[in-house]
Amino acid sequence: MFRLDGKVALVTGASGGIGREIARALHAQGATVVLSGTRQAVLEEVAADIGAQGGAERLHVCPADLSDAAAADALVASAEEKAGAPLAILVNNAGLTRDTLAIRMKDDDWNRVLDVDLAAPFRLCRAVLKGMLRRRAGRIINIASVVGVTGNAGQANYAAAKAGMIGMGKSLAQEAGARGVTVNTIAPGFIQTAMTDVLPDAQKEKLVGAIPLGRMGQPGDIAPAVVYLASDEAGWVTGATLHVNGGMAMP
Amino acid sequence: MSEIADKVKKIVVEHLGVDESKVTPDASFIDDLGADSLDTVELVMAFEEAFSVEIPEDAAEKITTVKDAIDYIEKQKAA
Repeated sequence: MFRLDGKVALVTGASGGIGREIARALHAQGATVVLSGTRQAVLEEVAADIGAQGGAERLHVCPADLSDAAAADALVASAEEKAGAPLAILVNNAGLTRDTLAIRMKDDDWNRVLDVDLAAPFRLCRAVLKGMLRRRAGRIINIASVVGVTGNAGQANYAAAKAGMIGMGKSLAQEAGARGVTVNTIAPGFIQTAMTDVLPDAQKEKLVGAIPLGRMGQPGDIAPAVVYLASDEAGWVTGATLHVNGGMAMP
Repeated sequence: MSEIADKVKKIVVEHLGVDESKVTPDASFIDDLGADSLDTVELVMAFEEAFSVEIPEDAAEKITTVKDAIDYIEKQKAA
């Protein structure tokens, strides 16, 4: 079950903690994976690491700065060119934070997070949907966050972007459903990555105390959910938000 | 029939998978040719690509029959 042989997947933010594990898992299921991110050297390291176990010819690197609208618009086409085949799977995983309390939040903090975390995924969905609708097949998986549902002090921008992603996904699911294209969202809880390493220890302890499964998530905890939603077996799941958060929130 | 009309007809046949004989000038994409709303958007995008024209949203809404499409594109091309 859940094999992805012969399918091409694009993973954005593939140099980050969660993204590289998503890329690794899709590749392990047989997919050809295009890794995107801003740092080419890191992407190449990740690709070399994943490809070390074999299947290196099914890995491609396609850097893009998603804060640049034109770069986001062009990424799907360049990924398909690198892979030599149309995308069957899009994983919008790239994201950034600019945390601060709202009363101190600058317009730039707001705009940058909304641009990269919401507008860029929309641009990628729009670009990839054209082909997917025509081919009557496709899987879009957006990586949101639990804070898009619960909110979080200091993250008005990030939470708004992630909540927006959930609403966008539900809308796209309705538009694309008649063509066999599914659009789903995964909402990770607190995962141990560079993004959460910056939190103070006291806050981390408090966080773990609120997680029934008693630990922070690991980057690899998200990838299996992506594999499932990308598979043919998940063909009757669309517009869903899958919460992978150790039980921290059960919306 | 004009070259544009021929090309429009061909695109409609290709995209909607309907018999060429059904694609008459008065045929409505939705009522006669079985298109859904997404099909009509895809058709408009195919016209834009094939004829290198831009069809704005408000104009696209008014293109409901084969003749509508041919007339609009012919007008754009003449301008």
